[in-house]
Amino acid sequence: MRTRNLSAGRVFAWIAMITFLVVTIFPFWWMVRTALTPAGDLFTDNAGLLPHDPTFINFLRVLGLTTEAEARAAGGSGAKIDFARYLLNSIIYCGLIAGFQTLFCAMAGYAFARLRFPGRDAVFAILIAALMVPPIFTLLPNFILVKDLGLINTMAGMVAPTILMTPFAVFFLRQFFLSLPRDVEEAAILDGNGPWGIFWRIALPMSRGPLITIGLTTIVWAWKDFLWPLLVGRGEDNRLVTVALGVFRQQSPNTAPDWTGLMAASTLSVLPVLILLVFMGKRLVQSLNFTGSK
Amino acid sequence: MKTKRRDDRRAAWWFLLPVLVGFAVFYGYPAIRGAWYSVTDYTMLNQPSFVGADNYTELARDGEFWHSLLVTVWYVVLNIGSQTLLALGVASLMHRLTRSTVLRAALLLPWLVPNVTVGLLWMWLLDTNLGFVNHLLTSLGVGPVGFLTDATWAMPSVAAINTWAYTGYTALLLYAGMLQIPQYLYESAAIDGANEWRMFRRITLPLLRPVLALVLVVSLIGSFQIFDTIAVTTFGGPVSATRVIYYFIYEQAFRYFHMGYAAAAAICLALILGVLTAIQMRLLRASRSDLA
Repeated sequence: MRTRNLSAGRVFAWIAMITFLVVTIFPFWWMVRTALTPAGDLFTDNAGLLPHDPTFINFLRVLGLTTEAEARAAGGSGAKIDFARYLLNSIIYCGLIAGFQTLFCAMAGYAFARLRFPGRDAVFAILIAALMVPPIFTLLPNFILVKDLGLINTMAGMVAPTILMTPFAVFFLRQFFLSLPRDVEEAAILDGNGPWGIFWRIALPMSRGPLITIGLTTIVWAWKDFLWPLLVGRGEDNRLVTVALGVFRQQSPNTAPDWTGLMAASTLSVLPVLILLVFMGKRLVQSLNFTGSK
Repeated sequence: MKTKRRDDRRAAWWFLLPVLVGFAVFYGYPAIRGAWYSVTDYTMLNQPSFVGADNYTELARDGEFWHSLLVTVWYVVLNIGSQTLLALGVASLMHRLTRSTVLRAALLLPWLVPNVTVGLLWMWLLDTNLGFVNHLLTSLGVGPVGFLTDATWAMPSVAAINTWAYTGYTALLLYAGMLQIPQYLYESAAIDGANEWRMFRRITLPLLRPVLALVLVVSLIGSFQIFDTIAVTTFGGPVSATRVIYYFIYEQAFRYFHMGYAAAAAICLALILGVLTAIQMRLLRASRSDLA
């Protein structure tokens, strides 16, 4: 049966699948290939899969590891660019948001699922209504609020709106805690544990999977964040990778953009998620089954 | 029993404290402030002064606003249309061919990358003089085409870029839905001599419908909020060809400092998205009950 199925139709299906895969992956290859090309060769050396004369200079100069003169000679504009710093900023930003947001939302999700207190359902309904509020609606007032608090160009201002909560995570984790069997918790109550004890010692360890799912998804979204950090964290010190890429693009002359530098910087922005994909690929793929309803 | 209940109440507020503070300060309060700004004249330099519905009546007369809505809808149609069809195709191929995790991870890669990176990457590939795509086209005797610099091509190009970025992700969501369809349906259809196309039409498509509808609405909501790609590639140009509603609001607020006006436009967009989200919620409930 199987072998007979390996007929024209199946071969054709595989060809379609592989074509799609090539179209998906090739642009990344071309990005790396351009990053490895000397800027002066772009006009002459733009056809082969590999550059004739590969160089790491573009990476070095966007990482701020060359002198200004060297960067200029390699095609840079001379403006200060330090992607080592921007990468670090992005990693801190993602770590802070993913860590705290997951913890706080787990606490709230647990309270909504298990604790009994007056007004529980009403408060939960209001939180869920926030799912319907599109980010653009709160973006302008939040910007003014952060500006009034004097937090422009600080990491605190950048993480403020997301570090405490996101309605979806509360909703998602509450659903999970509701599905946990109650008897383990009841046994813990008999052992004299209060709500905190049960949460830390029982509920959290039992929900490692969903917590990792939410944490990973949050990291991915935070890594992609652009508009909010652009408005609040444009300054050199706290600039994220995405914002730095946008600024780099704007500083680059429109007539002859610094393509090799831009592609080197773009490659650096992909590297961390690629590492995440290699080590956590299976989890990430599975997380789509959970969050598909997001 | 009574004592336990009182304990819960005290603990519950501590459990909820961070989330409630975050909600009140960064969702509730700004929502009210945003609504207030939309009926004021406010430039961030003056105190907001009440102007009634002026911002809204001005929006209704503003050709640029309507143009941005039109352009957004054009983008959504192009993007969602191509993305959904392609994703459906890829998901069906995967469903009938392989369960490889490596393949799925590879398909996910463009979605994991920041939109800003995607925009830059494709700006380079689509560059009129040196871009790889035009290199291919000229070797075939066509072009070069100014994909992002020609007013006719700019929006289809942006839509294609984001279709590239999101098709794999969408396909995986649909694929997850397909995995819930019982395998025996396909086996018995195969015994009855049905071909793949017929199985797709008669089994996959009808049983996937709740998931498909949900994925469609989620993509639609995301698609309406396109901003990043345009903010690094075309800046809304050439001649407003890609000035989508998000970009319009962004420029009104942070380039011209018409905060009140921008807030009013944001509320109009929020209403559109609110309707779409309400539909999503309904579908969420529907799909749960269908596949439970």
